[in-house]
Amino acid sequence: MVDIVYFAWVRERIGLARETLQTDAATVADLVAELCARDPRYAAAFADTSALRVALNQELSDFDAPLAGVREVAFFPPMTGG
Amino acid sequence: MRISVQEAPFDFAAEMAGFGQGRADVGAIVSFTGIVRDDSGQMTALELEHYPAMTERAIAKIVDEAVTRWSLGDCLVIHRIGKIAVGAPIMMVATAARHRVAAFEAAEFLMDYLKSRAPFWKKEHSASGETAWVAAKDADEDALRRW
Repeated sequence: MVDIVYFAWVRERIGLARETLQTDAATVADLVAELCARDPRYAAAFADTSALRVALNQELSDFDAPLAGVREVAFFPPMTGG
Repeated sequence: MRISVQEAPFDFAAEMAGFGQGRADVGAIVSFTGIVRDDSGQMTALELEHYPAMTERAIAKIVDEAVTRWSLGDCLVIHRIGKIAVGAPIMMVATAARHRVAAFEAAEFLMDYLKSRAPFWKKEHSASGETAWVAAKDADEDALRRW
């Protein structure tokens, strides 16, 4: 089981802030493909992953990263703090 | 060292009152305050979303690096979240170092990294009720390369 959280326009486009998923995805990219196959809203949000960032267990990571041992995956646009 | 992520406004004077003072190894204190600016003439407020489980940890990592690299005697980061009116303070950093150059550089480093490596997202609210997410700029990412 993995918790998936979404922020900013990714959250708005998918229409969810958080969900828990039973998945066999080996990498972040596999998880994204699995989500996109479920519903067009995910396909719209993940249309261009170069415009997105991913964090695994609250640490910035990348789409090729393995999901083994990951409890929380977060997807969001590039950050705009400061 | 102190990090605060808060909805409430902060009191700049109170925050700076004792910061980095009363010690022999600090010769320079620098602070930066960010204010909500309106470039379009239509904006009423900026709304800050963040990733609560990650925010403080991400900021702590940036602060730790600045403290080590510039041997800071003290360091403060306050970042507000929620809806903030145009003209109001959104965040501040302060650095205390042995010398001026280190204090300035560390403050700039903190600002550059807080902009693109701390999980905050800005949404603009306009007078007409419309909202728009602020896009990250390539220049913000480029700014990290100088460090």
